[in-house]
Amino acid sequence: MRIARLAAAALLLVAASGCSRFEPWVKPYERENLADPIMAWDRDPVSSSYMRHVYDSREGSRGANGGAGGGCGCN
Amino acid sequence: MQLIRRAAVALLLLPATAFAAVLPDDRADLLYHYYDGGGVTIDGPSLLVRKKFAEKYAVNASYYVDMVSSASIDVITTASPYEEERTQYGVGFEYLRGKVTYAASFSNSNENDYNADTASLSISQDMFGDLTTVSLIFSRGWDDVTERGDQTFADQIDRRIYGVDISQIATKNLVLGLSYETITEEGFLNNPYRQARFVDPEAALGYSYQSEVYPRTRTGNAISFRGRWYLPYRAALQGDYRFYTDTWEIQGHTAELSYTHPLDDDWTFDVHYRFYTQNAAEFYSDLFPREDFQNFLARDKELASMQSHTLGFGVAYAFKPSMLSFLEKSSLNLRYDRIRFDYDDFRDLRVTGVAPGTEPLYTFDADVIRFYFSGWF
Repeated sequence: MRIARLAAAALLLVAASGCSRFEPWVKPYERENLADPIMAWDRDPVSSSYMRHVYDSREGSRGANGGAGGGCGCN
Repeated sequence: MQLIRRAAVALLLLPATAFAAVLPDDRADLLYHYYDGGGVTIDGPSLLVRKKFAEKYAVNASYYVDMVSSASIDVITTASPYEEERTQYGVGFEYLRGKVTYAASFSNSNENDYNADTASLSISQDMFGDLTTVSLIFSRGWDDVTERGDQTFADQIDRRIYGVDISQIATKNLVLGLSYETITEEGFLNNPYRQARFVDPEAALGYSYQSEVYPRTRTGNAISFRGRWYLPYRAALQGDYRFYTDTWEIQGHTAELSYTHPLDDDWTFDVHYRFYTQNAAEFYSDLFPREDFQNFLARDKELASMQSHTLGFGVAYAFKPSMLSFLEKSSLNLRYDRIRFDYDDFRDLRVTGVAPGTEPLYTFDADVIRFYFSGWF
């Protein structure tokens, strides 16, 4: 019950913040380092999707690899 | 003045994770992959092409081939070595409207005894001053399973994946990620060729085999956290953790640490270490006490208690090819991973002449290579 109240409060906070003008604490002109290609989550999708396939075929765990997944269609 | 120019260039190049939503760059990747481990060799090409139009629409197409030559431990002990080919095609479409990206994709994977169709939809929105990107993903899969040598066998799998992904800029040098995914599957979930082992005093080896029997449903939940940190001397450090649990009572933990180090503007080096551990599925056993010991029977090493360790290296060289003048830039990439798989309750049955259940535990190493060319146009 306590968790449900906390979740409702969090949702209300998110909804309320959507109504007000949000001031980002990292300004767009401060994102130069984050824009560096070395900071991309997935620099080479062709390579990372292959490695996901390698692990999915040999381990019991799957999913939540970040970004759009979709499964490998392998058994 | 130089600082202003650098800032202006950086603003132009800001990708989706750092600024308002943009579509992926026009890019083509041609990759050769090679896997060698546990008596299995798999190699083949892969191609991925992305192209956008009017900065609002983007399409992508992919092609992938696995050429498999298998003499794995399962094949050696219960079947005959084989060769086969798997081909996968994919197409995708993205539409960017304001800060929202809508995406749809379809893929087909085909081999002589297995066909898989997968359709995916996703919606992604930048919010809170573009510090946060939230994506919702839904995917549906339809697999047809058949068996070589048995014309009468045909079954299906229905798969649904629901996912949420959040990327959050935390500081000027740190971005965080959170992903959650639920995967539900219903249908024929085991491999029709794989066998379970049971004690058989009548048999010469002291054991015999019978077909595996799996439940016809499986629901798995995975949650992962990641952080990528820009280091003061222009390098990046990333940590990942994933927890997985499912209705077959498998629990898996994956942890990974990776480091990216560029050298000048042309070279980029990567090194990473990944650790994975899982416990066995509730109906897994290396050796059942007797035939038909329980309703569900598995001896698939993917469902055994196991660990894997991966150490990987990568190098990328960026250059402007004079012969391909339509390319703005390109890179040649080589990545190598060495993976060690250790099993706690899957035994090496190539060893005979010992009491059943006392064979040495199975372990193997795999070499994984990707060599690819990427061109931006």
